Amino acid sequence: MSKILSAQINLDDLLPATDEEKAYIVQMRPSTTFFRDGIKRLIKNKVAFVSFIIIVLVTLSAIFVPMFWPYSYDAMLGNVPGQPMDASYNNLAPFEYSKTETSRIEAGESIMPHIFGTDNQGRDYFIRVVYGTRISLAVGFFASIIVLIIGMTIGSISGYMGGKVDLIIMRIVDIIYSLPDMLMVILLASVLNLTLGPVIEGTVLEDIGANIISLFIVFGVLYWVSMARLIRGQILSLREQEYVLAARATGAKGGWIIRKHLLPNCMSVIFISVALQIPSAIFTESYLSFLGLGVNAPMPSLGSLASDALNGLSSYPHRLVIPAIVISLIVLSLNLFGDGLRDAFDPKLNV
Amino acid sequence: MNSKTIGYIIKRLLLAVVTVWVVITVTFFVMHAVPGGPFMGEKAISEAAQKALEAKYGLDKPLFEQYITYLADIVTKFDFGPSLKQRGRDVVTVIADGMKTSVKLGVIAAAIALVVGVVLGSFAALRRNSIIDRIIMVLTTAFVSMPSFIMGSFLLIIFSIWLGWLPANGASSGGLVLPIVTLSLSPMAYITRLTRSSMLDVLGQDYIRTAKAKGVSRMKIIFGHALKNSLLPVITYFGPMLAYIVTGSLVVEQIFAVPGIGRAFVTSITGRDYPMIMGTTIILASLIVIMNLISDILYKIVDPRITLE
Repeated sequence: MSKILSAQINLDDLLPATDEEKAYIVQMRPSTTFFRDGIKRLIKNKVAFVSFIIIVLVTLSAIFVPMFWPYSYDAMLGNVPGQPMDASYNNLAPFEYSKTETSRIEAGESIMPHIFGTDNQGRDYFIRVVYGTRISLAVGFFASIIVLIIGMTIGSISGYMGGKVDLIIMRIVDIIYSLPDMLMVILLASVLNLTLGPVIEGTVLEDIGANIISLFIVFGVLYWVSMARLIRGQILSLREQEYVLAARATGAKGGWIIRKHLLPNCMSVIFISVALQIPSAIFTESYLSFLGLGVNAPMPSLGSLASDALNGLSSYPHRLVIPAIVISLIVLSLNLFGDGLRDAFDPKLNV
Repeated sequence: MNSKTIGYIIKRLLLAVVTVWVVITVTFFVMHAVPGGPFMGEKAISEAAQKALEAKYGLDKPLFEQYITYLADIVTKFDFGPSLKQRGRDVVTVIADGMKTSVKLGVIAAAIALVVGVVLGSFAALRRNSIIDRIIMVLTTAFVSMPSFIMGSFLLIIFSIWLGWLPANGASSGGLVLPIVTLSLSPMAYITRLTRSSMLDVLGQDYIRTAKAKGVSRMKIIFGHALKNSLLPVITYFGPMLAYIVTGSLVVEQIFAVPGIGRAFVTSITGRDYPMIMGTTIILASLIVIMNLISDILYKIVDPRITLE
């Protein structure tokens, strides 16, 4: 073979690899994606994993238990139409039966025990707690989604546009951010409760109740700012990346770039902050319910159950302890799970 | 103080003023969105209050004019009008009355949170990964995520119903102990964690190693070098701590029946005493905004390296 000159191509280099050569570069470990890698880290984190299991169990029971439980959350058991009122249903201790039930048990019927007793109106307390958990979880979840949508839209527009738009949006964000949130929440909730009532009468929204809707509005108005800030910061650093320049060079429009290139890259940050937003929404809801600004009666939420229990506290402390434990459990495990998510999916944020 | 710091302070001051103005404006217009207006919501309003309000705000005049009057009264005379429910008393008087108890409650709670938090935090950092450190971390995690009304109710059940050690009524003697403890637990837990992490950070710095190498005593290193520097981040928590104590006191005063501003506020919400709601919201909100401002500026002055943008 003649000597190869520097500018000349060695055609031997372009031959297909032999089996021997292929075996040489075989993968030692299957390749992993960012998502799978994060999940692996998450499962290794025992605290986060246990929290996740607790959240799943609580959520599933909040969804499914009311479907087959023999009592409903608003039925006053002693008050059956066509029969004399049985006051012995009221204020039952856990696993205690009323007079009617005792006589029916003696007659051979089997009756579902009142695991947590009943409240002062003879309603089964267990199902009220389960139903309250369902409401609290739903409020927390939907409030976070609302915050996410508004914050994501405004944050990405602000970050992508830059310049004057960004400046104006960020000043508004600054002001809303420095408002004392809880006081504003209380103020808005107390007024919206009154004004919304007549407006939504007769519509589908009436079933949800004015209080919960005003809660959502309050969240939408006040809490999007931290989400917007977070996403703006992400977008600001991402939009200088070369692939964005490449997309723009091939003629992509702003909205497309935000949706297809920028937001997917913020996904892990978004997920983490939604996971941490849910407990804070549940917290706020229970706080407002405690002040009497939460869900409409007779619908229970964990906060309103705790607040109602304060009246008979010395005789029936379990009525406060049970919802209190459930709230703490949910908030704590969501927080710990959110922290775990952050550690697993965003190593940069890891302090 | 260089010109950059002064520029920052001016910017921060402006933001605070705008925020307070936004609070007043939002409060005013939101309250006027109530059917019938804030001053006419209830039948049981006292004759005198009704007349005083009409004369004062010219309730027949256009909304914007009423707003200007309301704003001017607050800025020039610190006047929030008469209360609808407490006959013959001004909102400011009612708030001032409640403030006496609430300020005592809040200041003691904050002081306890600060002292205990810093001590526990430094202790945990110095004994890192020991059993005590672990216990402190677990407890503080629980306290940080427990809502104040739940903490308060638990303390009430344990210490005044089961054990009977402390009174459940905040107005009786010794009755402020439980509300103070309730309010201080969560900020205390937060300060503990904050101090611990910043102390750990400081203890790893070169100047601590230098001091050790020079043969400086352990006590002097801890108190002279480490503690002083690790307290800086705690300053930033002053504002949020006050916000927590204010909102926490709303429920805590309710639970323990403490005759303070928080309970007055909640009573005014349930009783729809609109001038009271407006006045209390504005005053408490301004308090929080001012406290945030002070803690931010203080932090900037103490540690000029930090940019708080």
